[in-house]
Amino acid sequence: MEIGFDYTRSLGPVLSRFMTALAERRILGCRGSDGRVHAPPLEYDPVTYAPLTELVEVGPAGTVVTWTWLDRPLDGQPLDRPFGWALIRLDGADTAMLHAVDAGSKDRMRTGMRVRVRWAPEPVGHIRDIACFEPLTDSPPTLPGPTAEPVTMVTTPIHLRYRHTTSTEESRYLRGLAEGKVIGQRCPSCGKVYVPPRGACPTCGVPTVDDVELPDRGTVTTFCVVNVPFPGQRIPPPYVVAYVLLDGADIPFQHLILGCRPDEVRMGMRVAAVWRPREQWGTTPQNIDHFQPSGEPDAPFNSYAQHL
Amino acid sequence: MNSAITTRAAVLGTGQTEHRTRRTDVSMAGLCREAIDRALADAGIEWSDVDAVVLGKAPDLFEGVMMPELFLADALGATGRPLLRVHTAGSVGGSTAIVASQLVQAGVHRRVLAVAFEKQSESNAMWALSIQPPFTMPVGAGAGGYFAPHIRSYIRRSGAPPHVGAMVAVKDRRNGALNPHAHLRQPGITLESVNASPMLWDPIRYDETCPSSDGACAIVIGDEAAAEASDRQVAWIHATAMRTEPTYFAGKDHVNPRAGYEAARALWRAAGITDPLEQIDAAEIYVPFSWFEPMWLENLGFAAPGEGWKLTEAGETGIGGALPVNPSGGVMCSNPIGASGLLRFAEAAMQVMGRAGEHQVEGARTALGHAYGGGSQFFAMWVVGTAPV
Repeated sequence: MEIGFDYTRSLGPVLSRFMTALAERRILGCRGSDGRVHAPPLEYDPVTYAPLTELVEVGPAGTVVTWTWLDRPLDGQPLDRPFGWALIRLDGADTAMLHAVDAGSKDRMRTGMRVRVRWAPEPVGHIRDIACFEPLTDSPPTLPGPTAEPVTMVTTPIHLRYRHTTSTEESRYLRGLAEGKVIGQRCPSCGKVYVPPRGACPTCGVPTVDDVELPDRGTVTTFCVVNVPFPGQRIPPPYVVAYVLLDGADIPFQHLILGCRPDEVRMGMRVAAVWRPREQWGTTPQNIDHFQPSGEPDAPFNSYAQHL
Repeated sequence: MNSAITTRAAVLGTGQTEHRTRRTDVSMAGLCREAIDRALADAGIEWSDVDAVVLGKAPDLFEGVMMPELFLADALGATGRPLLRVHTAGSVGGSTAIVASQLVQAGVHRRVLAVAFEKQSESNAMWALSIQPPFTMPVGAGAGGYFAPHIRSYIRRSGAPPHVGAMVAVKDRRNGALNPHAHLRQPGITLESVNASPMLWDPIRYDETCPSSDGACAIVIGDEAAAEASDRQVAWIHATAMRTEPTYFAGKDHVNPRAGYEAARALWRAAGITDPLEQIDAAEIYVPFSWFEPMWLENLGFAAPGEGWKLTEAGETGIGGALPVNPSGGVMCSNPIGASGLLRFAEAAMQVMGRAGEHQVEGARTALGHAYGGGSQFFAMWVVGTAPV
C-alpha cells in the first residue's frame, strides 16, 4: 500500500525571509536573546520564548563539528552516492545544521574540515536549494543570485509505503475471497460473528477460532449518498456508501451500492454481492466490486435495529 | 479518580486564534503562539509562571508532520520544562485540557499550559480520513460519509422531523456571528438557505457541515493558590470524565455510544449534578454536523433517547433558551480539528468567567465542555463553574 500527499508549509515571517534568501543563494540565521546566532533560524527564542526578528547572514562556508559516513544512500536523500552526514557550523553562526557533505570518500571526512554550500542549479526558495556541502577548495565560490520575490509557502511531498503481514485469520479470510467465499469468525463466548475475522472478540476479549462461511448477500442497515468530490476518490459522485449486514453476521461493513439509482436505496434493502470476473480475483476484498439490490422484500427494521 | 485529587484546579485564562480556512500568514508555531500569548495575557501571567506544557493535536497525517511537538518545543515555551503530547483523534483538545487539569489536581504542577492546534490548510483532511486500513473495501467516503449513515439511523429511530438539522445550523451560524474568532459568521443564514444548500453526504447538506479551519486554542490551568493569586474571575473545574470504546464491535450503538453515555453519567455524579438540563447554564458540545446536537443531547442525558430534537425544535438550545448549546457557534463555525475540543472546553470556561463577550449567556455559573473523536470512540468532557465546588 502506498499513500502520498503534497503538503504545504506556510512559513510565517522568519522562515519566509530564510527561504527567500535561499532563492538568492544566501543563508540567514537569527540572533537570539543571548547573542547566539541560530542557523537555520528559529522563530522563537529558546531562552526567553520571545519571537525572534533579527536575521543575519551566515556562511556560505562553515566547519564540520562532527560527522558520520553513509555508504548506501536512500531514496530522497540529498545525494545518490556515498556521502557524509555532518553537523556544520556556518561562519557567523553559533549552532550547527545537519547536511550532506559530498566528500567522495570517507577518508576525506574529518572533524574540523572546512566545507561550503553547493547550490542547486536553479534555487526556488526551498530548503533543497542547498543541494549539499562540499570540501572547501581554491575554486571560486558561487556568488549570490539576484533579488528574489518573497517566498511565503513551500511544498513538501511526502510518500509512505506499507507492507502488511497478515495474521492467520486475515490470511484465511483473503484466501477465501480468492475462492469466492466470505469467511468470518464466531466468538465462543458471546456467539457474535465478525467479518472480516479479527482473531479476538473486542467485547469478550477471547480468541476466536471458529470459522464461519457467510453468504454473499445481506441487508443495508443504513447508508449515505456521497455527492462531494475529494482527492483520492475512486469513483465520481454521486454514489451510495452503505453499511451492509451479511446474513448470519453480527457486524456490518461499508460497501458500495450500485445497480440502482441512489435515491432508490433504503434502510432494510436486500442486496447481493457483485463479484468481479473470476480471472481478476486475487486475495483481496476488491474481488467483490459492489453490492446491488437482490429483489427480495425489504428486511423489517427490527431485524437490523441492533446493528445501527 | 477523585480520591487522587490533592488540590482543586481552575482555568486562569484562555486564548484562541482568528480561525480561518487558510492562515498562510503564520507557520504552525506562529499559529500556536497567537493562542498561547493571548492565554497568558488573559491569565495575567508570564512565561516564568508556567511549570509544564501539554500539547494536543489530531492525526499527524493532517499536516504530514510526525510528532510536531519535537519542532514546536521552542515556540511552545517547553524548553526546560516537561512537555507532553496527547492524542485522541478529534476529542484530543478535550483530553489535553483534562491531562493538564490532572497534573495540577495531583499536586505535580502549580500552573500548566494546555495548547491544541490544527493547520488543515497544509493538507486535506478528507484525503487523510479516507485512507482505509488493509482488508476493508476502499469505498472512499470521507468524514461526512462515515457519520452520515449514523445520522440517518438517528432520524429513523427518533422520528425527528427533517428540519431539525437545518435549525441547528441556523442557530450555530448566527451564534458564530457574535463570536469575533469564529471562522464562519453568517448572521443572515435562514432555514430556507440551509435547505437550498447542496446535499453533500445525503442526509447532510453543505450548510449542516463544519468548515475546515486553521486555528489554535490555549488555556492556563492553575491550582488553588494560583487561582487565589489571580485578580480575575477563574473557572473552577468541578469534574472531568473520559471514556473510550472500540470504533467497531457487534452491537455498537453509533447513535447513542455507550462510552459517551457512561462518561456523562460519571461526570454528572462527580460534579454533584442530578438534573443536567436544570443545573447546566451553557453547554459547548462537539457538533461537527448539525444533527449531532440532538444526538448528543440524548447521549449526555439532557434529554431521554429519541427526545433530544424536541429541545432543539422548541428553541431551547439557543442563547436565552433552557440550555444554550454552542453560544460560540461551536464546531459548526470553526473546526481546527485538533483544537476544536479545547475550544469547547475554553468556551465553557469563558462563559462562567463572564468573558464570552457578545455570545455571553447571561448569568452562566455552571457550564459543560464536551468533545468526541474517532468513529465516536473517544469522549472527553468537563464541568466548570464560577464558584469552587
